[in-house]
Order: sequence, then structure tokens, then C-alpha cells
Amino acid sequence: MARSFWLKLWAALVFAYLYLPILVLVVFSFNSQKLNLQWQSFTLRWYGVLFADERLREATFNSLIVAIAATLLSTILGTLLALALERYRAVRPAELLLYTAIIVPDVVLGIALLIWFSRLGWPSGLVTIAAGHVVLCTPFVALTVRARLADYDPALEEAAMDLGAKELTTFWRVTLPAIGPGVLAGALLAFTLSLDDYVVALFTAGPGSTTLPLRIFSMVRFSITPEINALSTLWIGAVSLLLFAGQVFARRARTRL
Amino acid sequence: MKSSASRGVLLAAPAVVYLFVFLAVPLLLVALMSVLSRGPYGDVLLRLNFESYVRLFDPLYFKIWLDSLAIAALTTAATVLIGYPLAFWLARAPRTLRQIALFALLVPFWTNFLIRIYAWILILRTGGLLESLLAGLGLWRASLDVLYTPTAVLIGMIYEFLPFMVLPLYASLEKIDPALIAAAADLGAKPSQVFWRIVLPLGLPGLVAGSILVFVPAMGMFAVPDLLGGARTLLVGNLIRNQFLTARDWPFGSAAAMVLVALTLVLLALYSRFAGREPLL
Repeated sequence: MARSFWLKLWAALVFAYLYLPILVLVVFSFNSQKLNLQWQSFTLRWYGVLFADERLREATFNSLIVAIAATLLSTILGTLLALALERYRAVRPAELLLYTAIIVPDVVLGIALLIWFSRLGWPSGLVTIAAGHVVLCTPFVALTVRARLADYDPALEEAAMDLGAKELTTFWRVTLPAIGPGVLAGALLAFTLSLDDYVVALFTAGPGSTTLPLRIFSMVRFSITPEINALSTLWIGAVSLLLFAGQVFARRARTRL
Repeated sequence: MKSSASRGVLLAAPAVVYLFVFLAVPLLLVALMSVLSRGPYGDVLLRLNFESYVRLFDPLYFKIWLDSLAIAALTTAATVLIGYPLAFWLARAPRTLRQIALFALLVPFWTNFLIRIYAWILILRTGGLLESLLAGLGLWRASLDVLYTPTAVLIGMIYEFLPFMVLPLYASLEKIDPALIAAAADLGAKPSQVFWRIVLPLGLPGLVAGSILVFVPAMGMFAVPDLLGGARTLLVGNLIRNQFLTARDWPFGSAAAMVLVALTLVLLALYSRFAGREPLL
């Protein structure tokens, strides 16, 4: 029993370590002292500054456009690939591309795309960032959907077809609802990966296409700005909500099946 | 009805074509670039040249490789030490608590990583929270000067990569039948023997997977050294980035990237040797 006490204590300490920085950001986002060395008094001023920051707003907008585009495309590509890999042995060699995409360090993917786009003569911008993010996201969508497909019975589809449903109808009414939670989880992962990416964006962004992480980086690099705390707090809140909704959704889908 | 193989190919085709065009071809270009020559104005000449690879062994650059290996290895070791007990606890925790804990592990992980590094700047800087805390406890009064040192880089890296270690470890430890541990204890094994002879070997795939998931990205990381390391800490990722965005020596940057990829492949080969056919993710 003594051992389990130490284990619990350790787990508690690790969680404290994981959450301390987050707590610091949230608390300091309401601190009126600009330098954030000590707590002074409560203020919402930094949230006002945050919403008034036009460059930050533009970066957020760019990030959202890129993330939505990359999520849509990578979810379609990844889901189709997962279906193909799970059902047809002939396409197994495609796994090689998938694993390459996962293991190649981000910085290498970034420079590879930089070389390729400059060769193609594509101007750097939101399109090139999104094109790179699709490479980042597709393997994770494929893996997530595949995990879901592994415990799904293809006999359901045969039954639907026997009952006269056409292939597309079967896909929309049987296959997709069954693997839906996997697709949704994959899309959520893709969206976050894209929104989070700094490295690929650094190499593929042009002057007018700064994304949120690029903007955050330059703000953080050169000064201590309390509006970053406010931004972080909003970000953490949004992520928690999204994750929580995802969990609830996944559980509901599980009980329904 | 079409033959099933051709239908499979049709389903896979969009992703395969996409990854071929935007991943395979660009990577081949990096390989090609690494053996070309740099022109006088930062342009690239189509002349075969292995000088970039030779230059990587120049003491100046060789130190960067050693530093990167050291930081990546220390990060991996530290995440194992911190993460193993946590993963073990997770694997044995009651169901509801375990789900909450896994969820709690994911929230910081899904928060933008630059934001998390920024939080460490606030904590580690001179006059920051760590110093106030230590002073408040009466433990240490002087200035710590941790920020902009390799130690700060290490702290940031460990924080960034801990979940990458804990999740595969947990997945692997969770599969161990508790009856095995109970049986070993019944047969008189001491706790340390149970760990070394049962838990560790059976959890090895997770340990190796986690180590690769931490070590590989840690080698290529450049944002953490940029923000927490100051000018003194230059890692491979920074070297590659600088060659492309500031020094404009693309062949040299590509050669460094190729070595990084080769290193990754060696590690993965080792993984498949030691952890068998267990998938990495």
C-alpha cells in the first residue's frame, strides 16, 4: 500500500507540473501589472488590448482559413485512405508514404516544401501553408479512422447492399455513421495540428500570410506582452471545451452502437 | 461491380497522389539539393558536390550535433523518469479517474506549444515566479539566471514532450494482465524484481515507442532553443532553419536535413528490431 501512496503522490506532482504554467498564464491574464512580476490587481484590460490588435486578428483569421481548408482536405484524403488500407491488401504499400509523413521531422518537411514551391514558382501564401498542413494532418486522420474501422463489421454494408442500397447510399447511410466518431476525432486532430503548426508555416508563409503561431512567436520573442496571456487563456478555454465536447460525443456514439 | 483491388486503388489514389506530390517529390529534392553547389549569391548551381557533407564534420558544426544529441537524449531520459511512474499509475487507476487523468493530460498537449513555452519564460526569467517562490520559501535568495541557458531549453523540452512519452507507455502498461504481477508477488518476487522481470519487459514496446516519439522531434526542434536558449544554444533544427532563411546556403542546410533523416531512420530500424511488429502509434 505504501507504494501506491508514492505513486499517487508522484502523479499529483506531475499534474501540478503540467498545470502550473497554464495556471500562471490564466492568472496573469487578469493582472494589471504590465511586467507580470507580481500580482497587482484584477483587470480585463488585456482582453481589450487583445481584441483591438488588428495584426493578431488578421493572423487568427489566416490560421482559421488554413486550418479549415487543411482539415477538410486531409479528412477526406485520410478517411478514403483508411478505408482502402483496412479493406484492400493491394494498397498496403501506400503505408510507406503515410509513415514517411509521420517520421519526417517538421523542419525537414518545411524546407522540402520551400524548395519545391520555389521550383514550381508558387508564391508563398495561405495556399502553400495549407498544402503543407495537409501533409502533416492526413496520416493522423488515416490512423484515427483506421483504429475505428478495426472494430467495425463490414457485414453491415453487405446487409445494406443485399437489401438493395446502392454503393453511395451504403456509404452515406451505413459506413460513414458507423465510423463517424473516428472521422470526427481525426478532423479534430487535423484542425488542432494545423492551428498549432509553427514550423511548416515558417517556411511556407509569405509576407501577407502570417498565421497565429507565427505572430505569437514574434510577439513572445521580443517582449513580455500581457495580451499573450489573455490569448492563451481564451485558447486553453476553447481547447478544453472542444476536447470535452469530443469526449461526450464519442461516448454517446459508443453507447449507441 | 468493379474488381475489389481496383476499387481499393481508387480509394487510396487521392491521398497517395497528394503525398507523392507534396511529400515524396519535395524530399527527393532535398536529397538532390544536398549534393549540389552553392553559387556566389546564395543561388544553387547544378554541379555535383559533396562538400556540404564534409563541412558537417567541421568542429564548429560537429558541436551542434553533439549538443543536439545530448539535449534530445537528456529530454528522453527525463521524460522516461518522470513519465514511467505516471503511466504506471494511470494504467492501474480506477476507470473514471483514469479517463479524467487522460483528459487532463491532453489539455496542455492541445494548447499551442509556443504559448506553453511563453509560460516558462514567465516562470524562469530573472525576477520571475521561480525566483520569487524560492525566495519566499527562504531557500535561495540570489538571482538564478536560468532563462537563456541550456538548462532552460531542457526544462522546456521535457515539458513539451512529456505527453508523447506517457501516452504510448500507458497504452503498453495497460495491456499487462494484473494477474501476472500478482502471481509474481505470490511466488515471492520482491517489488523491484516484479518491475525488472515483468513490468519492464512487457512494457518495452511502449517505452521504445515513447522514446522515439520524444527523441526524434527533440532532435529537430528549434523553437524551444530560440525562445528559452538564447543565442548560446544552437541545435540542428536551428542550423537547418538558419541555412534556409538567413544564410541562404540551401545545399548545406539540405545536407544537415539528410543527416537528421538518416538518424531518424536508424532509430526506427532499431525500434522494429527491439519492439517487434508493434505499431509505433
